[in-house]
Amino acid sequence: MPRAKIPRKSTNVDMTAMCDVAFLLLSFFILATKQKPPEVMQINTPSSVSTKVAKSDAVLITLTKDGKVYLSIGDNAHKKDVIEGINRTQNLNLTADELAKLEKQDFIGEPFNKLKSSLDLATPMPAIQMEGIPTDSTNNELADWVASVSDAYRGESMDQLNLLVKGDNEALYPFFKNIKSAFTRNEIYKFKVVTNAEGIPSGSELALHPPTNQ
Amino acid sequence: MAELDTSSGGGHKKGPGVKKSPKKSTRVDLTPMVDLGFLLITFFVFTTTMSQPTAMNLNEPKPDPKTELDIKESAAMTILLGKDNKIYYYYGILTDPNSQFKSSDFKDIRQLIVDKKKVTPSKDLMYIIKSDNKSTYKNSIDILDEMTICAVPPGHYAEVDMSPMEATLIQKTEEVNGIK
Repeated sequence: MPRAKIPRKSTNVDMTAMCDVAFLLLSFFILATKQKPPEVMQINTPSSVSTKVAKSDAVLITLTKDGKVYLSIGDNAHKKDVIEGINRTQNLNLTADELAKLEKQDFIGEPFNKLKSSLDLATPMPAIQMEGIPTDSTNNELADWVASVSDAYRGESMDQLNLLVKGDNEALYPFFKNIKSAFTRNEIYKFKVVTNAEGIPSGSELALHPPTNQ
Repeated sequence: MAELDTSSGGGHKKGPGVKKSPKKSTRVDLTPMVDLGFLLITFFVFTTTMSQPTAMNLNEPKPDPKTELDIKESAAMTILLGKDNKIYYYYGILTDPNSQFKSSDFKDIRQLIVDKKKVTPSKDLMYIIKSDNKSTYKNSIDILDEMTICAVPPGHYAEVDMSPMEATLIQKTEEVNGIK
């Protein structure tokens, strides 16, 4: 009996469609991801097992390696209120032009007595060259800033106010303590610190008995 | 899809003497390109999720003189953070520094915390954290993270200012150990 002849088909698969899909996904991911703003200051944050994601519209206090403190307000709706509040309470006499300039700065990092002159510079000063907000126990200007921040958020729920501290690993503890005292002076007892995500060490208590109600 | 119609229209004849060149396939193997595409996708997916910074909650105690903490001496462990990522600790009240005051580091402290937790009734357990002026921000965050890792419930550890006696003790110990 003659065998039925099966026609041999090519094993070549047309890759074009797959290639299209791959590059479509690729372009989607590239376009959809937010570009990280260039880091003005290099801050190496410590790591923690916390898994909560830090929000970007927070009031961020940056502590650099050498103990300089900067304030940045990611929430544009309140930034103006904070700056105008501090202008009023500290009698800084900033003009409307200077206020607008200050609002444009990402980092506020000058003591009150130098704020006006630094804003009058033709080219804005880079954040690294700023002096930092004084936080000593005798002259804690950060506490005044925090007071202005909490004033700006008054009337809203406290959850709205996201206080973040982003400190460098090598910053000495007293600077961190000064920042904390700036908060407690304004009766703010809850804040967050920015950390790098880190896996829970295996065999630790937390890994064996993960918290249920969180 | 990746082919072009190279066949010439019917009826067109080449003149005599024109040699017919062999027709080659214009099919391109797209497999490497697909590989590359997916490799890039994986790369982007991983890098974007990894760099997400996290936030750790910190609660400061309210300075309220009414709520002075009553700590049982037997249930307390005091952790002192010193220079150069060193940790010093003692149990209870520091009466005899020579025998009580011990040094450790961030590798061993987890075991010490867990050991203390095991031998102490959980309602009395208290860790007192004190940071020296020479310790770093990383140290104080790390030790609080260590509390979370060891599942010490909130309210059973507190950050307290260091007493001058403890500060001098740390300084002396550092001098002995040659830490500058």
